[in-house]
Amino acid sequence: MSTLERARAALAGLELQELPARDGTVFLQVAAADVREACRRLRDAAGFESNTFVTAIDRYPAEPRFQVCYQLLSVQHNDRLRLCAWIGGERPRIDTVADLWPGAQYAERECYDMFGIQFLGHQSEAGELKRLLMPEDYDHFPLRKDFPHQGIEPDKLYNEWFQRRFQRHEREHADV
Amino acid sequence: MSVSTQTFEYSPLSHGGLAGGGPLTVDGDDPLHGEPLQLNMGPQHPATHGVLRIKVVLDGETIQEIEPVVGYLHRGKEKTCESLGWRKFFVHTDRLDYVQPLMNNIGYAMALEKLGGIGVPERGQIIRVLLCELSRIGSHLIYLGTTAIDLGAITMFFFCFKERETLYQLLDAYTGHRMNNTYVRIGGVYADVDERVQAEIEKWVDHLPSAIDEFEAMLTGNRIWHDRNYQIGVITPAQALAWSLTGPNLRASGVEFDLRKSQPYSGYEQYEFETAVGTRGDCFDRYLVRIEEMRQSARICKQALAKLKQTAGGEFLADDRRYVLPPKGRVHESMEELIHQFKIVTDMALPRGEAYGAIESSKGELGFFVASDGTSDPLRCHIRGPGLMNVQAIPMVSKGRLFSDMVSLIGSLDFVMGEVDR
Repeated sequence: MSTLERARAALAGLELQELPARDGTVFLQVAAADVREACRRLRDAAGFESNTFVTAIDRYPAEPRFQVCYQLLSVQHNDRLRLCAWIGGERPRIDTVADLWPGAQYAERECYDMFGIQFLGHQSEAGELKRLLMPEDYDHFPLRKDFPHQGIEPDKLYNEWFQRRFQRHEREHADV
Repeated sequence: MSVSTQTFEYSPLSHGGLAGGGPLTVDGDDPLHGEPLQLNMGPQHPATHGVLRIKVVLDGETIQEIEPVVGYLHRGKEKTCESLGWRKFFVHTDRLDYVQPLMNNIGYAMALEKLGGIGVPERGQIIRVLLCELSRIGSHLIYLGTTAIDLGAITMFFFCFKERETLYQLLDAYTGHRMNNTYVRIGGVYADVDERVQAEIEKWVDHLPSAIDEFEAMLTGNRIWHDRNYQIGVITPAQALAWSLTGPNLRASGVEFDLRKSQPYSGYEQYEFETAVGTRGDCFDRYLVRIEEMRQSARICKQALAKLKQTAGGEFLADDRRYVLPPKGRVHESMEELIHQFKIVTDMALPRGEAYGAIESSKGELGFFVASDGTSDPLRCHIRGPGLMNVQAIPMVSKGRLFSDMVSLIGSLDFVMGEVDR
């Protein structure tokens, strides 16, 4: 039974579209609302025990702009499967899969950090969905195509910290 | 075929130490019990192997809450790829996992080759295998040296770094750099191996098993090493898979999965070697798996060197003028070659589509997910670093254990922050 047949059997009833992939991996597209259900069935019925990554491709200015990609690995069947769904809008959102594969927790946090995609229901040991690599009070989402490579106010957080530090120093040494 | 670490089983414990597995309970007699202590380990800490910060809440000496904080070394590599272009990003892949730059180059090149449908000549593949295995040995030597020094075995550090220094001199002689080699190109490698360098590598690979015997004499039967690693940080096979662990960490848990065997690339199916598989999934198994992997890597190196002798004088770089720079000498003589060079340097485009290229790096599955829209600007280059997954697993295994176990755990999960933060 090929990877595609196995996946099709597991995903019976969901609307599927097969996409061409340059590397020969089975690449399926599902509706954004079905992603969680599809992932659950692929894990339980098709034997994909491990999640390799969760990430997104920003196809700005197309709308919907984000193609969220999930890559799964099955060790028992020794094959891979890639799943994708399209989401758009100013505050893109999609269901979490981090409770299906705990290994996807950091991947989802990174995806949120870089693209601003909300993973609904994401809960991990670190609590709610929060940034992974960028500072927690950073305002932008760097991997979006409309974010310039040189950054937006790259020194803002540092300057604020330095200001606070300077003011504290002034206060403490005011009477000297 | 696989080598089980069962054969290295330490003799049954005669002392009633802590080695017993299962979560520890809080010692009620501990005078510190009952007062949760918040402790910040890192980002500047010698035992965190880079700028990793770990926030822990301790009850006595038992870890109650633990949260790794990453991102202190984030340099925006994925964004950099989008603005630099496919070719120039090779230099940046070196800086991901900086103890095995050549492997990162190869993983990235493989993703691009899949995307572009580019073949690699046989000799190029053999050289890549040789470089991969040398990098793996180098990386495992660092794992062994730094983990051992964290656990108090200072001599091990010097033993390992002595071998690593020889390896770096060999890489220096071959690639021209000790680190950050950037030696791999789309479609092959930059230059052929010199015969004298080849002979030196062979000499070192022949000597390596005896050096590994020395490491084992120092550690495998060592009571302190055993007590600090045996039954510490146990990961079950199901946990390892669900937490996306790969590489030695997955195999130490008893899952026989090695990309070199199960999804061979670069001609790995032609080499004879065995996969080391653990039985308990603890820090001691991860150590044994890596020791065995170094021995197997030395075996593969020997075979690769023999193959290099057979294919002497062969092509090592694909002859594909869409993606591979023409030799410099020809550029000065031929107008067409000059145009090819100009086109490749200024706007080399890969076909529209997505591809994922993964290699079995020393820390696990290192994958590059690349997407192109058919123009010369990369659409997306996602780096799936095994290190990030290894860091993610820290809370799972260390909760409810002693704080001092975390040092051996961090060492044995083996990550490099350059790759975790990217």
